[in-house]
Amino acid sequence: MKIALFPGCMVDMIYPETGIAAVNVLERLGCEISLPDKQVCCGQGLVNSGYADGTRSVAKNTIKAYDACKEDFIVSLTGSCMNAIVNDYPPLFEDDPVFSAKLRSVTSRFREFTQFIVDELGVTDVGASFPHTVTFHKSCHSTRLLGIKEQPLKLLDNVAGLQYIEMEHADRCCGFGGTFSFKEPEISGEMVREKCRTIIESGAEVVTGVDSPCLMNIKGALSRMRSTGELDRDIRVMHIARILDAKE
Amino acid sequence: MAILYNTDQNLRERASSCIENDFKHNAIETAQETFYVKRGQLVEEMPDWEIIRDRAAAIRNDVTKNLDFYVKQFAERAEANGCIMHYAPDGEDALWEILGIFADHGAAHAVKSKSMMSEEIGLNEVLEQAGVDIIETDCAENILQTAGDKPSHIVVPALHFDREAIAELYRKKRGYEGSSVPEEITHFLRSILREEFLAAEVGVRGCNFAVAETGSTTLVTNEGNGRMVDTYPKVQIILVGIDRIVPDLEALDTMMCLLPRSAVGAKMTAYFSVDSGPRKPGEVDGAEEVHIVIMDNGRHTLINTEFEAMLRCCRCGACLNICPVYRHITGHGYGSIYPGPMGIVLTAALEGYDNLGGMPFACSLCGACAEHCPVEIPLHDLIRQHRINMVEEHKNNPVEVPIFKGLELMWSNRAVYGTAMAAGRPIMKALADGEKGAMDESSAWIPIVKGWTSKRDFDVLAPELFRTWFKKHKKERNAGSEEGGQDR
Repeated sequence: MKIALFPGCMVDMIYPETGIAAVNVLERLGCEISLPDKQVCCGQGLVNSGYADGTRSVAKNTIKAYDACKEDFIVSLTGSCMNAIVNDYPPLFEDDPVFSAKLRSVTSRFREFTQFIVDELGVTDVGASFPHTVTFHKSCHSTRLLGIKEQPLKLLDNVAGLQYIEMEHADRCCGFGGTFSFKEPEISGEMVREKCRTIIESGAEVVTGVDSPCLMNIKGALSRMRSTGELDRDIRVMHIARILDAKE
Repeated sequence: MAILYNTDQNLRERASSCIENDFKHNAIETAQETFYVKRGQLVEEMPDWEIIRDRAAAIRNDVTKNLDFYVKQFAERAEANGCIMHYAPDGEDALWEILGIFADHGAAHAVKSKSMMSEEIGLNEVLEQAGVDIIETDCAENILQTAGDKPSHIVVPALHFDREAIAELYRKKRGYEGSSVPEEITHFLRSILREEFLAAEVGVRGCNFAVAETGSTTLVTNEGNGRMVDTYPKVQIILVGIDRIVPDLEALDTMMCLLPRSAVGAKMTAYFSVDSGPRKPGEVDGAEEVHIVIMDNGRHTLINTEFEAMLRCCRCGACLNICPVYRHITGHGYGSIYPGPMGIVLTAALEGYDNLGGMPFACSLCGACAEHCPVEIPLHDLIRQHRINMVEEHKNNPVEVPIFKGLELMWSNRAVYGTAMAAGRPIMKALADGEKGAMDESSAWIPIVKGWTSKRDFDVLAPELFRTWFKKHKKERNAGSEEGGQDR
């Protein structure tokens, strides 16, 4: 199956290993992947801060790039970016019939990575092996706003050797919220520390999720807690693509 | 205006002081846990919960769309029941009407049961200035009145006090000599309040829902003090927000199915009163004169705007009980009598953007509020809409404008992005701790990242963009498949 990939800018800039793992998994499952080079970012940070006009410029760039791809599906490695595109873009283009039409052609093809594998490829066992205890952060936008609840867990369930442990309040926000974590760091800091405490209490060796921004936030806080002595063991933070690509 | 009560501080200052107050912080966390766990259990037991939510949202939309009709119907029916109607377009009108009622009766002593509308118009302060002694009779409100404090929640306003603090407060201010056992404190409070009920000339109370078809007002309480306010004083003043109307008793039933469950995780409260007018000949209790003050106070300005859905709100507080931000900054972090997600949307819609001190940014847009709202208000979307309006009206922080302009340029242009990444990579690497590969607290002097790095490490840009790797990978793969083709 031919697909276009939407990595999200955080994967592109900071976590290429996540993108590489996703490509490996998808190619193993028989996908032929394209990546429109012109697309940069979904602009979620702008829209969430109220900059609608700025978001339109960023969104037009994204829409043009993916409208030019004619693949059946656009596979997103980040739920919250996908949510911005499918749910936050449409109101911004209500008065623009040309871009509204292009946008519809883009959003109708968007699928989140695990959603694509489970719902479109019909695969729940990707043949990975990862003998560790793993807990899963049910990030807000993927879980709550896009309704992707079962798919990542089904995939984890079929990873050889993986033992899943649910953390308390797995669907509580980690406090990233894009620019929220920069603009209101005191509040965001409390939220991520609480999230980390539930991760630590779960006892898992690894925390995973389908959203790189949340994972960056969690990783940064766990790392700080480790250096201040609040955390006395290493907890790995990995995007689900990396677990699904693992052959440990 | 009494909706905003802490305009001297901005969000960050308010939030920091609440976060640092371990007692408040912990009290709210514990209470939140209790409410939403109980709510969750009750919702689980109701397979048709979502259907009832849809119905409730439709009922409330119908009222908004036909507000004039329902207000008129309610007023006519209530009048027919013997109530005296007062219509107040804004808070000042309401205060005039209420002061007039007190003056007509020469009343100087009143008892009150919870009313957010009265908080909204600052009724207590105005009455006190006019020489009226007004006592809050619900436990939580009485605690706040005694402490001179503001509510931290719309349903359980004294959530931030524990039994020790309450006992201490009454010891200091009201001569209480007992322990911190709740029963003992409430017994003490009851003994004080009984005297007040008997002495009061006027009872003032709010209204959860006003039923248009029957002209009835309703009161949902757990303590029964509202019922005492309702029945003892000869003169009754009921404050009704125009957005509290439901068409008929069937609609009331739907709303009551959702309200206590969403608010405190209970199927029903201990007391639920439906009042339809003054005491009739032969009846043993109830006021002899009932005044209903219907207040708009800016609510109609939400109709036909992007915030119209907010008029569906039934003030259950479910959004507060689930909100991860409210959990940490508590009600006082918002600086409004309406805190949490509903508070952000309503306060900003009613008050405008000038004095909010950044309140609309007290939200990570996680959407938990909308998921739990019994009348399906898309609260997080409305909060973001306020931010969009603020930017359009230039009410955003001017310092951030060039930063966002720069981000817009970078995020919409591949070439600028590529250049920025190439330039940023060595800078970030130099600022990072080599071993961690991340910027830690040592970079807290850099303005943009200091908020982040004061609490967590910040991963630096990777040596190579994913898209650069992908191009190479694609080339190798294509080459490989061509070679493979030749082999075959």
